[in-house]
Amino acid sequence: MLSTAARWFGRLYALVMNLPERPMRWAQGHLPDGRLGWLFVGPNLAIFGVFTFLPIVIDFYYAGTGGTNLLPTERPWVGTENFSSLLACKDYFDPNSCVRDQFWYAIWNTSKFVVLQVALMLVFSLTTALVLNRKIIGRGFFRAAFFYPVLLSPVVVALIWKWVLQRDGVLNAALVGGGMQPVEWLLGARSAFGWTVFVSIWAHMGFYTLILLAGLQAIPADIYEAASMDAAPPWRVFRRITLPLLMPSVLVVFVLGLIRAVQIFDEVYVLTGGGPGSATTYLVEFIYNTGFSSQVRQYGLAAAASLLLAGVLLVLTLVQLRGMRGTKGDSRG
Amino acid sequence: MASLGRLLTATRGRGKLDWTDWASYLYLGLGTLLMLGPVLWLALSSLKSPSGLIEFPPTLLPQEQVRAAVPNYPNPLPLYRITKGDHAGQTLAEVRKIGLQATMVDPAAPETLIRVPIDDRSKIMRLHAAWDNYTDLLKKFDFGRYLWNSVFITTVATIITLLLNSMAAFALSKYKFAGREPVFLMMLATLMIPPTIILVPNYLIAAVLGLTDNPWGVIWPAVATPTGVFLLRQYMLTLPDDLLEAARMDNASEWRIYWRIVLPLSKPALAVLAIFSVMWRWNEFLWPMVVLGRNETFTLPLALNSFQGELTTQWNYLLAMTVVTLVPVTVIFALLQRHITQGIASAGVK
Amino acid sequence: MLASVSLRAGVATAALLALGAAASAEAADIRIACYSDGNECPATKTLAERFMKDNADIHITIDEMPYKQILESVPVQLAAGNGPDIARVSDFAQVAPYQLDLTPYLKDAAYWQQAYGPVLDWMRAGPEDKGIYGLMTQLTVSAPIVNKTLFDQAGVPVPAKGATWDDWAAAALKVAKATKTPYGMAWDRSGARFSGPAISEGAKFFYSAGHPPVVDAGFKAMAAKFVKWNQDGTIDKDVWVSTGGGYRDAFEEFANGKIAVYLSGSWQLARLQKQIGDGFEWTIGAAPCGPAACTGLPGGAGFVAFKGTKSPKEVGRFLDYLASEPVYAEWMVMTSNLPANVDLQKKKLDYKLSPAGVAAMTAFQDNATTLTPLAYKLQGSQLSRPMFNATVDRISQAISGQITLDQAYERITSDVADAAAAKAKK
Repeated sequence: MLSTAARWFGRLYALVMNLPERPMRWAQGHLPDGRLGWLFVGPNLAIFGVFTFLPIVIDFYYAGTGGTNLLPTERPWVGTENFSSLLACKDYFDPNSCVRDQFWYAIWNTSKFVVLQVALMLVFSLTTALVLNRKIIGRGFFRAAFFYPVLLSPVVVALIWKWVLQRDGVLNAALVGGGMQPVEWLLGARSAFGWTVFVSIWAHMGFYTLILLAGLQAIPADIYEAASMDAAPPWRVFRRITLPLLMPSVLVVFVLGLIRAVQIFDEVYVLTGGGPGSATTYLVEFIYNTGFSSQVRQYGLAAAASLLLAGVLLVLTLVQLRGMRGTKGDSRG
Repeated sequence: MASLGRLLTATRGRGKLDWTDWASYLYLGLGTLLMLGPVLWLALSSLKSPSGLIEFPPTLLPQEQVRAAVPNYPNPLPLYRITKGDHAGQTLAEVRKIGLQATMVDPAAPETLIRVPIDDRSKIMRLHAAWDNYTDLLKKFDFGRYLWNSVFITTVATIITLLLNSMAAFALSKYKFAGREPVFLMMLATLMIPPTIILVPNYLIAAVLGLTDNPWGVIWPAVATPTGVFLLRQYMLTLPDDLLEAARMDNASEWRIYWRIVLPLSKPALAVLAIFSVMWRWNEFLWPMVVLGRNETFTLPLALNSFQGELTTQWNYLLAMTVVTLVPVTVIFALLQRHITQGIASAGVK
Repeated sequence: MLASVSLRAGVATAALLALGAAASAEAADIRIACYSDGNECPATKTLAERFMKDNADIHITIDEMPYKQILESVPVQLAAGNGPDIARVSDFAQVAPYQLDLTPYLKDAAYWQQAYGPVLDWMRAGPEDKGIYGLMTQLTVSAPIVNKTLFDQAGVPVPAKGATWDDWAAAALKVAKATKTPYGMAWDRSGARFSGPAISEGAKFFYSAGHPPVVDAGFKAMAAKFVKWNQDGTIDKDVWVSTGGGYRDAFEEFANGKIAVYLSGSWQLARLQKQIGDGFEWTIGAAPCGPAACTGLPGGAGFVAFKGTKSPKEVGRFLDYLASEPVYAEWMVMTSNLPANVDLQKKKLDYKLSPAGVAAMTAFQDNATTLTPLAYKLQGSQLSRPMFNATVDRISQAISGQITLDQAYERITSDVADAAAAKAKK
């Protein structure tokens, strides 16, 4: 049954993939050397250009214009006004002294969030990976359980936790059952912030755990055997063997996690809407509110903030590329 | 029995469980509870009636108040157990409630009306799953059509994604050509762009291209994923070039090398990308919401969301709809979890 | 012979079919983007189907979508030139540039001016604009909703008509203390909800140049009271503080018996009936007073027509149909809404509601009569949403202690000025 399906799939695959054979062979014969690569990259690149690069270019134009009209052609040019209003601050550490106080709240919130979230995520996914790397009964099940939330859409993730954390939710019921006072989890600035960190770790750590687990399993067993022969204490084994050999995977997790954390939006948007006050308003949410969901759409301002964010992300990308170049040498060398 | 014992105590190299093993199992057990518990709780809650949902402390299982048919009354009446006063211990049915007093009757002797303070009674509950949260939801719209839209977009977008991304990855990993590095770097750089910030320009472009209110408006902007190109490229880099050279010796065209040799060898990475793509497209919300303005083009998440008004959130429907969207993903994952987790682990780091 | 007859019949049938196909191909297609608070879209659909039976040349499709989707996507779609023909909107300023003046397409524009006069302004761009842009699907009015059972348990009388906000707050707190209810009162997290009490307290919102300073003595008086009530436990501060941007209602708190008084409005009627049922007794209070007035805030959503439509005449005909008195009355009964039609407001509509529901409807209608002209004007202002938004955002910050009240006043002023400046840049 399954093999028949596979055979049919194979035939279909061959039939379809044979179609471009002639034009491609023709192109191969007629294109100068080294141009064939463009033919393969072309379709992907074209779609990329239209739906990613072009919008970024339009964003640049938006950033220099004002007003509320959405059509770029009908927007008045204002030069750098959007940038200067975003950056106008008496004291950068006190958002209340800035013209765009929400933007600066968002920046500080995002910074705090990124540091805390990435650090905790690393600790938890590493711990989980180390535990799962032991000889554990039902490892497949546990691995799947930790991975499962990764599959859920951010909206679903947020709704699940909103339901658990609400005032009459199950968490408070447990507290009351234990003789404690119920807590309004999403009401306090600190606890709401903490929950956004927790929920985003909950939703993503399974993915990073898998990467780290694969990294751990790639460490040859004989190295450990040699260590146990020397009767090295476990902590030393971990520090001297496991951690250095795992470093490339840790770096991948670190950089991917960092980029994701800076871009945090959907889960928090549904979970807290940026509140209480602006305690969980992060950068992408500020951009979304300003340009898309507020009653007066200041798209120029949103685009300017996007470009500032893109600048930060670009720096992070460069860090990532450097990091990966570094790992190539010492990972499996 | 002995083998079971061995199985349970099989730990790293040693014969019996030491404290680190106990700690490990404790950690994993708590972790699993934390990961799956909230989802299960949501699923259980989705079967509660609106009045069951606002109960505090919440009951674990969905319940409803027991009602009984009483002679002389057209509708079944809700039952209470009387806790205090003259009728303590009796089971009475409520006829009506005015302020702090309720007028009740004994179902066995429906002629005499009894007045009871509402503090002196408690509801009699029984297990009851409010399936109408789901049936109402499914009645409200043409479920089949939205499911089809979602399946169509997910399938077609995934096939195109696999094809285009693998072609690009093939060229980026196996050819040396002018502009290769910049192209790769540019694609990687866009990995950093949160989709939210290009939403409006993207809509304008989709409108110019006539892609609005049309499933292709969701498909085309989504297929050229930088993640996919990156993942496949990294995997293809590990394939030995000798294989390609051997095929060239046999006079195979480059296209043929791509689809006959490189693609089949990249199966693990392709499988991972396929899983990601299905996940992304199935869960995608913001962009389809902007680009699909007509009911008949809605995907499942959009349709399920469509009954939320400006002024109302109905948790019973919201919970049921959440469960409906997460069931397909959960079933697929349950069936394929081994392949998915191993695939991601093996392809993710290469 | 027989063959030729059947042949002829066949040809005739084919011709008829072809004709039918041609007719349906010519039918004007109208798309309505609709959202429901209760059953507005299905009810409109029922009426549209009846309308289409008599008007075979018009085909109406109702796209039901969430409120947020209309708020966020429809303006983008309209800007790009491919929006719906009609949309149900509650924030008219957003779509004002794309609205179609229906006057030339209506059978009797004078009837519209007369019957829907007070609310037509809400869809207009300014005082010099005299266009007719759409039809209100209902009028809403904000009012305090009371948990009568809790008041009875506490032995506190529900404040009567003419009672001030201070009386209400004191009574609510007393009830909460006596019945061990967590809070006395909750207000929906909405600038509109706050504005009614603010106007009662003396806030003016508009000054001569039309530029709104928003914050004046009356506004400050209400804001200070509101913040104080949030901090001393009279008001459930969760509602305003726990959410970031945007609207949040406190219905669940009220339905749950966690508050004694709930400032919301007439649109909650269906839920009050359905969700509370016989859980406890609830009534609608008269609009609380301040030194200046006893007013809530009117509101409501409307079907607005857009310039991009290819069939303006047909759009006009359909809205004419909905606006006619008998159809509009039926529509209001179907959706349990207050009519925006002034003639119908004076009549008693035969709502299919429980006794409590009918009593509530009457109370809402009474509250509608005490609405001040300023309340109408504020709701209709092009800047009302930015004002409401700034109020909610900044007052919440003040409640949570992130900024002081004085800073909040400054921010509200500058936020609204900023929005006004952005709108002014064309």
